[in-house]
Amino acid sequence: MEFLVLFQSIWTVVVMIVFLSIMWWAYSSKRQPEFEEAARLPLEDDDSVAAMTKEKIHHV
Amino acid sequence: MVQSETYNYKVIKQFAIMTVIWGIVGMTVGVYIAAELAWPWLNFDIPYITFSRLRALHTNAVIFAFSGCALFATSYYVVQRTCHTKLFSNGLAAFTFWGWQLVILSAAITLPLGITQAKEYAELEWPIDLLITLVWVSYAIVFFGTIARRKTPHIYVANWFYGAFIITIAMLHIFNNLAIPVSLTKSYSAYAGVQDAMVQWWYGHNAVGFFLTAGFLGMMYYFVPKQTQRPVYSYRLSIVHFWALMFTYIWAGPHHLHYTALPEWTQSLGMAMSLILLAPSWGGMINGIMTLSGAWEKLRSDPILRFLIVSISFYGMSTFEGPMMAIKTVNSLSHYTDWTIGHVHSGALGWVAMISIGSLYYLIPRLFGRELYSLKLVEVHFWAATIGVVLYISAMWVSGIMQGLMWRAFNADGTLTYSFVESVQPMHPYYVTRFLGGVLFLSGMLVMAYNVWKTVTNTRTMAVADQIPIPALAH
Repeated sequence: MEFLVLFQSIWTVVVMIVFLSIMWWAYSSKRQPEFEEAARLPLEDDDSVAAMTKEKIHHV
Repeated sequence: MVQSETYNYKVIKQFAIMTVIWGIVGMTVGVYIAAELAWPWLNFDIPYITFSRLRALHTNAVIFAFSGCALFATSYYVVQRTCHTKLFSNGLAAFTFWGWQLVILSAAITLPLGITQAKEYAELEWPIDLLITLVWVSYAIVFFGTIARRKTPHIYVANWFYGAFIITIAMLHIFNNLAIPVSLTKSYSAYAGVQDAMVQWWYGHNAVGFFLTAGFLGMMYYFVPKQTQRPVYSYRLSIVHFWALMFTYIWAGPHHLHYTALPEWTQSLGMAMSLILLAPSWGGMINGIMTLSGAWEKLRSDPILRFLIVSISFYGMSTFEGPMMAIKTVNSLSHYTDWTIGHVHSGALGWVAMISIGSLYYLIPRLFGRELYSLKLVEVHFWAATIGVVLYISAMWVSGIMQGLMWRAFNADGTLTYSFVESVQPMHPYYVTRFLGGVLFLSGMLVMAYNVWKTVTNTRTMAVADQIPIPALAH
């Protein structure tokens, strides 16, 4: 039981440090260009129905 | 020229169409049971269609059939398009479709028969649970296998949300459904007493957090930028609020068990964690809505975008309401009343259904290579849905708070002021209003079905942009 309480206390601190590190990692200015590129990923992919290029009449 | 490879659109088309169909089925059952509450004779004394049995059918149909199909469809689309590779396995993907439809059909048969584990949102008996596990493991293999084969350096944030949803649901489903079968249609939970209740609500609340939130945030992070043609407001914020959600959501379950046999400290922990959840939830909401910053005028002309943005507003509203209701003193008024039902529906109809609908209107023309039949009908659908939700939730607020106040009213001598049935009677007008709100929302879905039908059967087809881009050699 004693050990469990100690483990839980250490774990709480560890998890908090992990979370703060994620924040620090995400907000460090070094990552900015990488994130901008990632954010553009869906936009640079053209998934539109290509209206004019290959229009065809489909007979059912 | 090299024969270019194409994405697997077939399984997405199947899931997308079934989303619309199951949406109509699930919401029709919902409208019917709402009518039963207003006019109880509607069960005609037939056990299969009593509120008690149809209610589970309604929740399973809208959560697992409607929302589930929407999540499968959009995740398969997003993961392929943002990883520039086709699905890991077409065979397994087809299995997830047919397996999932079989799960839904089994639910539709067993629940009206009264075959149930009696755990909310986990009613299905053990043979169906095993099938769900098989389908889910296949889903995980297809999804993560596709990510592993990606041709892009980044794993786009939407995939993180879909991935978290898939992993967490696997974990929740397995642990909450551990049971001892005694026959093909009956099993007993592996847990007893308050442990059983805690495991159930650990499952139950995270079904909301991961099935109905994380997956749909994945949808938001892809379809809102696509429809606005702008990158997400802050990519950093998306990472931070993702991890904040992961770290906190799993602890919020005890707020479903305030003032029960659950230890007091566990209740307080659940309440504290639920309050903390406001921050990451609103991080997501702000990120979604602010993606539109500088392009607000698009809301005026684009009903699809309006679906997406209004859904995020409902997300913000219900993730504010939720933590408030998790406060023990507020909960002592709201719990077991219609307020809870209203809260759930502002999340389920306002957030989950509306973002799925918006995403489907985006997706279906692209999948089938046909122009959307009518934008005007999308507009009609939007207003029917919005007015329907508002009617529904405001009726439930009034009814719920009234119930809560009547139940806690005492006379000077310490006796209860109202008997239970005296609190039921004044709810009637609000139940009728809720029914009307439901009818409006459902009629919007019927308009959608007509629009989708006219779109996919249009004989003028366009080229589908389903070719996988060939990666540049110098990489």
